[in-house]
Amino acid sequence: MSDTTNEKPLRIVLAKLGLDGHDRGLKVVARMLRDGGLEVIYLGLRQTTDQVIAAVEQEDADAIGISMLNGGHLALSQKMINAINEAEAGVPLIVGGIVPEADVEKLNEMGVAAILGPGSSSEDCVASVRAAVAALA
Amino acid sequence: MNQPTSGLRGLPVSDIFTRACDGDRRAIGRVLSIAERGGTDSIELGELAHKLTGNAHVVGITGAPGAGKSTLTGRLAATLAASGRRVAVLAIDPSSPVTGGAILGDRIRMDEHNYGTGTFIRSMATRGQGGGLAVAVPAAIRILDAVGFEIVIVETVGVGQIEIDIAGTADTTAIVVTPGWGDAVQANKAGLLELADVFVVNKADRPGASDSRRDLELMLDLSDTSEWRPDIVLTVGTEGDGVDDLITELARHRQHLADAGQLEARRRRRAQHELRVRAGDALANRLKDALNSAEGQSIITAMASGGASPASSLDRLLDELYPN
Repeated sequence: MSDTTNEKPLRIVLAKLGLDGHDRGLKVVARMLRDGGLEVIYLGLRQTTDQVIAAVEQEDADAIGISMLNGGHLALSQKMINAINEAEAGVPLIVGGIVPEADVEKLNEMGVAAILGPGSSSEDCVASVRAAVAALA
Repeated sequence: MNQPTSGLRGLPVSDIFTRACDGDRRAIGRVLSIAERGGTDSIELGELAHKLTGNAHVVGITGAPGAGKSTLTGRLAATLAASGRRVAVLAIDPSSPVTGGAILGDRIRMDEHNYGTGTFIRSMATRGQGGGLAVAVPAAIRILDAVGFEIVIVETVGVGQIEIDIAGTADTTAIVVTPGWGDAVQANKAGLLELADVFVVNKADRPGASDSRRDLELMLDLSDTSEWRPDIVLTVGTEGDGVDDLITELARHRQHLADAGQLEARRRRRAQHELRVRAGDALANRLKDALNSAEGQSIITAMASGGASPASSLDRLLDELYPN
């Protein structure tokens, strides 16, 4: 009998945490990832880390992408990483937005799987997500 | 297994399913993925799940893009959850036919009122249309039913035959329209009418709501409604107005199905449809294998060279497909 398993597209939850109201970048990334063949579960603005984790569980997502443009990336990334660990969600966190050079290493040490700054190409975004998911598998 | 999260990594399907039945939401999320993906694991899962099904009220919500289905579905789910019902939502959005990717944005409209209520929301992409959805959606519904959700709401964009088919797999189907959506002629054209068990005029705070209601009433007057006449409910999804009326109407329809012995008939029709799609898939696979086999290739060669007629070649192929 032939195997009828369909290849499962990667699923990523995209959100912005807290009060940062600029979602244009996140919408552009959502479109890039869709065009790269991913299923994007778009949560949009003003999410809490708990809401993101709940969505990851219900959607059986493979990764989380959060976008930050307000300088809160260190604190919010740490909160998100803590929430992922606490829930044993086992998914990589990808951070997009404005991250000063000096903070890149801090985010990496924290456990952020990839950082996508302004000007990241569509290919960069898709490749980063795929690599981050593959690294955890 | 594809990308297991750490807590479920390496567990057999039956264990994950047991956890799902115990209410572990991550396990429910995972078994839905297994069902959606198809293959051997999904067959085992289907065996486990189907014994436990038949209790949920499956409600289809469909209508044109922008009619406010997600917002209304969110309110409906939240209101039901607040009254103590266990609710799951399956929100279906189209995949890009070119890249296979999808943006699933229904949660934005649903989370506000449902986060923390126990409502389980799952977004599902159509993944390549075809007959696949006709298998994946009923499989997902059965799982949500089996793990104990009392009401399963399936939300689809009512634009194509496949979406209409999906809506038609529900016990009760609500068609959502908006004021200014068009007259009764448009409604007939859309082919959604025969499907409706309940009509919803959403965004009813806008001008034209009573015109839409009148048009629908007129159209219903021209239809055979001897068994069931769909009620027309006016709602404002953003405010939650009319949602209680909708819940009453959905329950009334479910009761009607039970009283009229229709629940059984609908489930039978659903089973027949799903079986036909599954059989079609299975037979197509067998045919492909047979054509690719050595015997298949020799039948093709004999026919192509002009030595064997199409009819005799078919007989040989059928012998190959159904030996003895």
